[in-house]
Amino acid sequence: MSILVIAEHDNQSIKTATLNALGAAAQIGGDIAVLVAGSECAAAGQAAAAITGVSKVLVADSPLYGGQLAENVAALVVGLAAGHTHILAAATTNGKNVMPRIAALLDVAQISEIIAVKSPDTFVRPIYAGAALATVQSKDAIKVITVRTTGFDAVPFTGGSAAVESVAAGADAGLSTLVGREIVKSDRPELAAARIVISGGRGMGSSEKFKILEPVADKLGAALGASRAAVDAGFVSNDLQVGQTGKVVAPELYIAVGISGAIQHLAGMQDSRVIVAINKDEEAPIFQVADYGIVGDLFQIVPELEKELG
Amino acid sequence: MKVLVPVKRVVDYNVKVRVKADGTGVETANVKMSMNPFDEIALEEAVRLKEAGKATEIIAVSCGVQASQETLRTALAIGADRAVLVQTDAELQPLAVAKLLCAVAKKENPTIVLMGKQAIDDDCNQTGQMFAALMGWAQGTFASKVIVDGDKVSVTREIDGGLETVSLKLPAAITVDLRLNEPRYVTLPNIMKAKKKPLEVLAPDALGVDITPRIATLKVEEPPKRKAGVKVPDAKTLVEKLKNEAKVIQ
Ligand SMILES: Cc1cc2nc3c(=O)[nH]c(=O)nc-3n(C[C@H](O)[C@H](O)[C@H](O)COP(=O)(O)OP(=O)(O)OC[C@H]3O[C@@H](n4cnc5c(N)ncnc54)[C@H](O)[C@@H]3O)c2cc1C
Ligand SMILES: Nc1ncnc2c1ncn2[C@@H]1O[C@H](COP(=O)(O)O)[C@@H](O)[C@H]1O
Repeated sequence: MSILVIAEHDNQSIKTATLNALGAAAQIGGDIAVLVAGSECAAAGQAAAAITGVSKVLVADSPLYGGQLAENVAALVVGLAAGHTHILAAATTNGKNVMPRIAALLDVAQISEIIAVKSPDTFVRPIYAGAALATVQSKDAIKVITVRTTGFDAVPFTGGSAAVESVAAGADAGLSTLVGREIVKSDRPELAAARIVISGGRGMGSSEKFKILEPVADKLGAALGASRAAVDAGFVSNDLQVGQTGKVVAPELYIAVGISGAIQHLAGMQDSRVIVAINKDEEAPIFQVADYGIVGDLFQIVPELEKELG
Repeated sequence: MKVLVPVKRVVDYNVKVRVKADGTGVETANVKMSMNPFDEIALEEAVRLKEAGKATEIIAVSCGVQASQETLRTALAIGADRAVLVQTDAELQPLAVAKLLCAVAKKENPTIVLMGKQAIDDDCNQTGQMFAALMGWAQGTFASKVIVDGDKVSVTREIDGGLETVSLKLPAAITVDLRLNEPRYVTLPNIMKAKKKPLEVLAPDALGVDITPRIATLKVEEPPKRKAGVKVPDAKTLVEKLKNEAKVIQ
C-alpha cells in the first residue's frame, strides 16, 4: 500500500484536519506520503515532515498553488498519482472541491466522507444525512477518498522525521483565478476542532440577540456554531453552519440553543460525546438526542448559564 | 447562451428514511420523491439568468428511472425550456452521471452548467467537479453568488473559513449552495404549460457511455441510536451535572 495524503495548510502550518486524514491513512496501512502544494510553503512542508507516521513529504511550491484552485491542484496530483494505491484528503471544503476532480481525471470513483476503514478497499460512509451507514467496496486501482475528520483520531503533530522532496509544478490550466477571500476572523477555537461547541438556531431571534451566546462561549472556551435557519436569516456567517451540508463536528460537549433538531442539523453533531439542548418546546426532536435538556426560554436560561459558569 | 441544469430525483428531504430489513439499502417504495433541493436552487439561478437576458435557453437533464420524468416536468414548470432524460434502471454513481452529462453537454454546447453541490440521498458532493474535470472546464463549487460577465463568470464560494470569489473562464460548471437564492413556487398555469414543453428520452448506450458502478455497496445499516437523556430544571443543575456527572467542564 502506498498512500498519498493531500495536506490542508496555510503555507506556514498544517491544519489539524490533515492529522485526522492521516489517522485514516494509518488504519489503511502502508507507506504514507504527504503532498504540500502551495506558494512559499516550505514551512508547511517542514511541519508535515514532523508528523507521526509520515514517510515522505512532497512539496510543490509555486504561485500556481497559492489560491488552491482545483483545476491546477488536480492536474498536479494526477501527475503524481502513479504508484499510489490511495489518495486521501480531509473532507474540508478544499478536499471536497478538488478530490472528485482528481478522481474523474484518473477515471476512478471517489469515496466521500468515510468514517471507518474496514480493509484497504472497504470503507463506511454515512448517506441520507446520516440516517444510514453504507459499507462500500471500491473496485478501482486507485482509491480516491475524502475523510470525515470526526471519524478518525488525529495523529500527533510531532514524532516523525520524513524526508522532504520538492516536486516540479505542473502547467497552469489557465481556467480560473482567485479574486479574493473574506475569511471570518475569530479568537475562538476553530469550529471543526473545538472541544466544546455552542450553537444557536432560529430561536435566537436576531444577529444582535445571537450575541448572548458569546460570553458563554468565552467562559467555556467554546467555538460558536449555528443551524441553517440561523445562517439563512443572517444571524451569523455561513462558515458556522453545522449539519448535513455544513460542518460536521463531534466535540466533547455540544450545546444546542433554540435549535429544533432537524435531521439535517443532527447529521452534523450527533456524534458529539455530550449533547445539551435548550428549547422552549418540550416536543422538539433535539431532546431525543440530548443527554441533558432544559425546557424553557433561552433568553432567561442563557444568561443564567453564563452566571453559573462563574 | 445555453444553460444546462442537471436535476436528480431523490427521496424528499422531509421523509424519515428507513433502512431495509435485509440491509441492501433504504426503503424507497411508496416514499415521497422530489427534486434534489440544491438542484431547485441551481434551476432558479438559471431562470434568473434568463430573466436578466443573459441566458437564452435552459435545458434540464436527469439521469435515472422513467419516473424522473416527473422531476423534469417540475423543472419545466419552474422555467426550463426543454428537458432530457437519460433513462436507465441501472444504479448510477457520480462518475457515470458525470460522463452521461458530458455526452449531453457535447450535443447541446451549453456555456454554463449549473447543478447542485450535493444530492441529499448519496451525499456524495462529486458530480459537478467530475463533470468539469471530464470537460476540461473551470469549476466553481458551493456557490452563493454568480455573476456572468462577458466570457467570464465570477463565483462566490462558501468555504470553511468564510467566502472566496473566483473568476472562471466560460464555459464552466457551477455547483450551488443553499444561500444562492430562494427558489420560487411552481404555479398551476406553469404546470399546465410544462406539459407541452419538449422532453427527450435518451439511452446511456446511445450516448456511448459505460455506466458500470465502480463501488459495490456491501451493506446498509442504521447508525447506533442515541438515547434521550434527562431534563434538568435549570442552568444551575445543568452546570453541576456537566461538572460532576458528565465531567466535560471543570
Ligand atoms: C437540502 C437541505 C440541507 C440542509 N442542511 C442543513 C444543515 O447543514 N444544517 C442545518 O442546521 N439545517 C439544514 N437544513 C435545514 C433543516 O431542515 C432545518 O430547517 C433547520 O435545521 C432548522 O433550524 P432551527 O432548528 O434553527 O430552526 P427551527 O426548526 O425553526 O427551530 C427553532 C427552535 O427554536 C425554539 N425556540 C424559539 N424561540 C425560543 C426561545 N425563546 N427559547 C427557547 N427556544 C426557542 C423553537 O421551539 C424551535 O424548536 C437543510 C435543509 C435542506 C432542505
Ligand atoms: N442522476 C442524476 N441526474 C441528474 N443530475 C444528477 C444526478 N446525480 C447527480 N446529479 C447532479 O449532481 C449534483 C451532485 O450530486 P452528487 O455528486 O451525487 O452529490 C446533484 O445536485 C445534481 O445536480
